[in-house]
Amino acid sequence: MVGAACALYAARAGLDVRVVDRGPVAGGTTGAGEGNLLVSDKEPGPELELALLSARLWERLADGPGAAAEYEPKGGLVVARTPAALAALTEFAAGQRAAGVLAEPVSAAELPDLEPHLAADLAGGVHYPQDAQVMPALAAAHLLRACGARLHTGRTVTGVIRGPDGTVRGVRTDRGDLSAPAVVNAAGTWGGDLAALAGVRLPVLPRRGFVLVTEPLPRLVRHKVYAADYVADVASDSAALRTSPVVEGTAAGPVLIGASRERVGFDRSLSLPAVRALAAGAIGLFPFLERVRALRTYAGFRPYLPDHLPAIGPDPRAPGLFHACGHEGAGIGLATGTGRLIAQALTGGTPELDLTPFRPERFDADGGDTP
Amino acid sequence: MSERVHLAVVGAGPAGLAGALAAASRGVRVTLVDAGDRAGGQFYRQPAPALNARRPQALHHQWRTWRRLADGLARHTEAGYLTHLTGHHVWCVQRESDSLAVHALLGPEQEEGVTVHADAVLLATGGYERVLPFPGWTLPGVVTAGGAQAMLKGGLVLPGRTVVVAGTGPLLLPVATGLAAAGARVAALVESASPAALLRRAPGLAAQPGKLAEGVWYAGLLARHRVPVLARHTVVAAHGTDRLTAVTVAALDRTGRIRPGTARRIPCDTLAVGHGMLPHTDLAETLGCALAGTAVRVDAEQRTDVPGVWAAGEATGVGGAALALAEGHIAGRSAAARMRGTVPDPPAWAAADRARTRHRAFSTALDTVYAPPAGWAERIPDDTVVCRCEEVTAGEVRTAARTLGATDLRSAKLLTRAGMGWCQGRMCAPAVAGLTGCPLTAARRPFARPVPLGVLAGLPDAPDGPKAPGAPEDRAADDSSPAQQ
Repeated sequence: MVGAACALYAARAGLDVRVVDRGPVAGGTTGAGEGNLLVSDKEPGPELELALLSARLWERLADGPGAAAEYEPKGGLVVARTPAALAALTEFAAGQRAAGVLAEPVSAAELPDLEPHLAADLAGGVHYPQDAQVMPALAAAHLLRACGARLHTGRTVTGVIRGPDGTVRGVRTDRGDLSAPAVVNAAGTWGGDLAALAGVRLPVLPRRGFVLVTEPLPRLVRHKVYAADYVADVASDSAALRTSPVVEGTAAGPVLIGASRERVGFDRSLSLPAVRALAAGAIGLFPFLERVRALRTYAGFRPYLPDHLPAIGPDPRAPGLFHACGHEGAGIGLATGTGRLIAQALTGGTPELDLTPFRPERFDADGGDTP
Repeated sequence: MSERVHLAVVGAGPAGLAGALAAASRGVRVTLVDAGDRAGGQFYRQPAPALNARRPQALHHQWRTWRRLADGLARHTEAGYLTHLTGHHVWCVQRESDSLAVHALLGPEQEEGVTVHADAVLLATGGYERVLPFPGWTLPGVVTAGGAQAMLKGGLVLPGRTVVVAGTGPLLLPVATGLAAAGARVAALVESASPAALLRRAPGLAAQPGKLAEGVWYAGLLARHRVPVLARHTVVAAHGTDRLTAVTVAALDRTGRIRPGTARRIPCDTLAVGHGMLPHTDLAETLGCALAGTAVRVDAEQRTDVPGVWAAGEATGVGGAALALAEGHIAGRSAAARMRGTVPDPPAWAAADRARTRHRAFSTALDTVYAPPAGWAERIPDDTVVCRCEEVTAGEVRTAARTLGATDLRSAKLLTRAGMGWCQGRMCAPAVAGLTGCPLTAARRPFARPVPLGVLAGLPDAPDGPKAPGAPEDRAADDSSPAQQ
């Protein structure tokens, strides 16, 4: 997804773009994503600024590729179970409002107006009208189609070609070299491997998540609904399994239930404790789900960096190499903003957000853990 | 009795029954877990007792083998060594630290969860029918060949009065003769393979005098019931508005293309259609068993590469009931020895081993004869629905392949929704693979059947406490295989 967005904005900036992927379109984490375009789960700071920029760009794509990707500005609803959780959520929302987020407090009595089938015992919530959703695989495919870039799927990058002065000159693949004065690393969870091919370190690690998909239902869940503890889980550094229910209906009918987080490497095997916790949490929010059937579940690997911020921008250690990866669970939502910033960096313009917090070499100084 | 090692057998068809009996006879406690109300699976499907069938054997030509299996089942059950759990729909088998947990759904609505813990598991999950789409295939009155047979064997009812049996594969013969014997008018048996191809494979088939005799027997039955056989023909369309009224069939040339000018219409109210079988591999795949093509990979003892997990029957490669019996028997004997920590003695099952070798060679020969005719995928018109659950047409799949990069089954699913519905692609995957030009691979389906969220939420902890999720802190990325759903 991030690669597709980089291709789109780079092509729009007039660059000749080639997209190389060892798999098919959306073959990695994109195809396992829920397609969240969220501002609600981000605290004020650089990631929230990127999310707000991205949300505006997604809105602008809504009539073109966005429509084909089932773009839906449905809004998010964060709910709190207890008065204490509600107080914390309300304070969190106040900070977000100051940073430009639309966040409307919702009393317990008003919750059924927004979500008629929500559990009755909740303390209240906050409504985020800027939250939206896309079908991520369609989004990636349609952005790629719209940008007109040449697509090389099923082609594996095996090396990064560098000149005598260290500048990047293209990539080596299993089906021949591709020359280019600039290479964008949008390899997601495998972004660390690609960086290593260029001789630089980028500690991207996988954080596994399961999603449960139910049978198709009429629209019983209108917003993206999640419990306030989700935000704490997203920001958590724990390796152990954390789940907080995130429930949403889709244009196609099934309800999607996320989001577990655990650091177990690239282990794709089914974890019944994870899906059990997801199911229990979802039923806690929407009791009618108890009798609804899950048709499938699947795992994806979020690409995360130690400080939970993506790597975006030029790499001074390898001139000509740009990074656009490490977005953890927010890659679909943050893709448009990332693509725009990368295109601005590629064309020598001034990026409209400060890239300092996202600079790829930031982990060298802190002597952070080597994967 | 409680010291006996405990084997759970999933599936009570020929392979599962043979495996369960072989293990129970050798001192293993066996729990036979099956979705059916009675043992037998699809091949030995039994009529409901309430129907008071006077001659159920009329629909089965291996009645003596079935009696032997049924008697063994009754004997071991009575002795308390074997528990047969009927109506248990297994949706997942998971390894827990020192046991295997078999999770099933119970009840007519399958809304109640139940878990069986065992020391080892034999997966005898059978196969399911492959049906390739053609215009009109979703009309009421079009059924699968196996479905028609199940109605006949299990309910003693006919799917219709005038039936065309069509497609390819050895299943079509017993379906056509069974329907005719039960009183249906079989207007045609339409087989896309050619008899000449069968003869060309004669070396592989000649090793099977029993099978040849069976073929001759069916030929006699077809003649006696005056069933017209149209070899090297295919159904090109089914017709009707509310339900089926006729089919159009056409002849195929040597390359499998339709011969112009050969199309003709056959009135009928039922079309029983099938294009062979595919193995049920969901449970094995989720356990982490390696697959070979679309089947579970096993060694000479029918062991998968996951310790404590055996597999037998159609799940390890489609080859019919006789092969399943041999594989099940070997699996049961191997499991009985290995579970007690002893090394089995393969010469002791030499007869079953010879039968397995013979039947596998035979099914390999059949596979080359009964392949779908060339060009079947190109013949599907754009407006024909290929994924019935999500109502995705052939044209949509072709467009996604051409313009969006849907080059494999997973990306085709993500970009068209074909395979995302109730059946999770079991029905449409062969067609989608044909339309996108990618190989048919076994899909990853962690849930072998839909599971109520309430059952998931109420799953018991493993006996030794919940599996510690995420134990290895920051384990290095040791597997960078491309992500597949």
